[in-house]
Amino acid sequence: MTFDQILFYVFSFWFVASSLAMIFSRNAAKAVLFLILSFFSAASIWILLEAEFLAIILILVYVGAVMVLFLFVIKMLNIDKSTLRAKFTGYLPLGLIVAVIIIAEMTLVLGGNQFGLDVVSAPARHAADYSNITVLAMQLYTTYVYPFELAAVLLLLAIIAAITLVHRNDVSRKKQSISEQVSVQAKDRVRLVSITSPKKENK
Amino acid sequence: MMNTFQFDTASLLVALPEIFLLSSIVVILLLDLFLTKGFKQVTYYLTQASLLITGILSYSLIGQPETLIFGNSFILDDMASVFKVFMMGAAMVAMVYSRHYLTQHSLFTGEYFVLVLLSILGMMVMVSGYSLLTLYLGLEILSLSLYTLIAIARKRSSAIEAALKYFVLGAIASGLLLYGMSMIYGISGSINIIDIAAFASDSNLGSRETLIINFGLVFLVIGIAFKLGAVPFHMWVPDVYEGSPTSVTMFISTVPKIAAVAMLVRILVDGLGSMHAYWSDLFMIIALLSIALGSVVALMQTNIKRMFAYSTISHVGFVMLGFVTGVVTGYGAATFYILAYVLMSLAAFGVIILLNKKGFEADQISDYKGLSKHSPWFALMMLVVMLSMAGVPPFIGFYSKFFILQQVISAGFVTVAIIAVVFAVISAYYYLQIIKSMYFNDAEQELTITAPMDMKLVLSINAILILVVGLFPDFWMRLSLSLF
Repeated sequence: MTFDQILFYVFSFWFVASSLAMIFSRNAAKAVLFLILSFFSAASIWILLEAEFLAIILILVYVGAVMVLFLFVIKMLNIDKSTLRAKFTGYLPLGLIVAVIIIAEMTLVLGGNQFGLDVVSAPARHAADYSNITVLAMQLYTTYVYPFELAAVLLLLAIIAAITLVHRNDVSRKKQSISEQVSVQAKDRVRLVSITSPKKENK
Repeated sequence: MMNTFQFDTASLLVALPEIFLLSSIVVILLLDLFLTKGFKQVTYYLTQASLLITGILSYSLIGQPETLIFGNSFILDDMASVFKVFMMGAAMVAMVYSRHYLTQHSLFTGEYFVLVLLSILGMMVMVSGYSLLTLYLGLEILSLSLYTLIAIARKRSSAIEAALKYFVLGAIASGLLLYGMSMIYGISGSINIIDIAAFASDSNLGSRETLIINFGLVFLVIGIAFKLGAVPFHMWVPDVYEGSPTSVTMFISTVPKIAAVAMLVRILVDGLGSMHAYWSDLFMIIALLSIALGSVVALMQTNIKRMFAYSTISHVGFVMLGFVTGVVTGYGAATFYILAYVLMSLAAFGVIILLNKKGFEADQISDYKGLSKHSPWFALMMLVVMLSMAGVPPFIGFYSKFFILQQVISAGFVTVAIIAVVFAVISAYYYLQIIKSMYFNDAEQELTITAPMDMKLVLSINAILILVVGLFPDFWMRLSLSLF
């Protein structure tokens, strides 16, 4: 077993184990931490595949940004776990049967017979000075410029959608109206109330 | 690695409709910010104008030779241009109807129009997509806009529920579609349809390659069937149709169907056409189930939007039957059917929106009681639409069913054709039920039509077109056949 293979099995083990731990953990915050571990393992496997840029992006974007956001949301929402798990056992047998069938079919079709090293040759290793990012950029801004632009449109759409759904009416927004502030008069803000003060009782 | 990519700016001209639409979306989005309440109508007129110009640009590209640009990921052919023209036309009509609905239910905002335009951009990308990646991105742009459009009526819990249901199920379907795409990519080594087609039609394709393509194909068919709303992937359709604001329901049931058919053609016919023997069996089962379930379950509905949802499912079944045949004329018949269906569906939802008023949705079948006495003209329009959907000659709905069944029989599937006809007859019952309540029942409540003149005019033309195209179907038929 080469060093590469040992690394691959270690990372894969952590990947599968942390994914399972994420699904079965009772604490939502712990589940997020396990998910971070599984992302990290996946990124490590990508580095073994010489996809360094993607691996770093996975860690920066998903672990650094998305998962932190997830943690915030989980902490703020205070999800009731009992309602989430209420139908879990009811659906478990059916779900297990379906999952087993799908896994069996997938291993039959996608197993070593179809994608083993004797069928598909291993990709050639690149030299040490090979730049992953340069090649990626070259492809992204030439051959794939159209999908790249479409992804930008998708992001614009996501912004519009988020604002449309969250933005409330003008009434509830606290905004500063300078003209109103300038033209305000004392009688609008200050109300003089004449209070009859009780007379001092002279002893 | 040297860059061998040649970028010719002149080649961008074939993508002019998309470029124009995206630019106008950005302009409208920015302009809408600066419009005060009294001038909000400007957004509507700009939307209509940009749709019109995009349509004209697409029309001017009809007849151009087949061109592939952007590294073979974008195709311009007659099918793309004709579909785009039809989509623009349908979207413009839908916008005319929507405006009345939106003002009645105080949903008239600039974002609504921007989201509609963005979804149309997504559909144009799908129609012209010639790589799995662009098709998927187009689909996501479309879906994301639709989820938001449904949830735009956020005061209604049913709309939120519909949006969430559509979002979750749509995400699963997108996942399945992507998984299928990754299989096809894994075995063929390319995401471009043109390379996949060359790979799949290779005569000495090994059993290993065929197996993996089939594996991916199943997921692709599931994804496409979900987007079309075919049984057994139809669960979202009735809930989304019922829960959405009616103007959004109308939009979902019309324009995206054209795009879904285009995606089907691009992936399954253009790309994996040589694998037809494998996917046509799947299609036949899905088509027959859709026709059967759509026709039978619709009988029990009292909500007219829900009823139309099941009616859509059965119509989609007919469209898929056209692809089962595996011949060019069958694909043409399916195209004819979907374009005819869009015309009918627009008019049907147009009548529903026509009867809308503040705080009242005409979404129960009983709401149509006595419509003939109150408004004989629009009752007649609804009569035309219902008869056409039921497949009564001489309306367009008859010819669309007729062409499909003709192709199915000539491809040798006589039993399939008989089953389809039997269920089409059953489905006539619920269309006739609406006609019965319009003409033979007395009104239970006061009906008022507050719609503006332009909507009444467009709706009348729309319904009359159903009759006119039904009387002279050969132009549409020849057009549909010329696309393949």
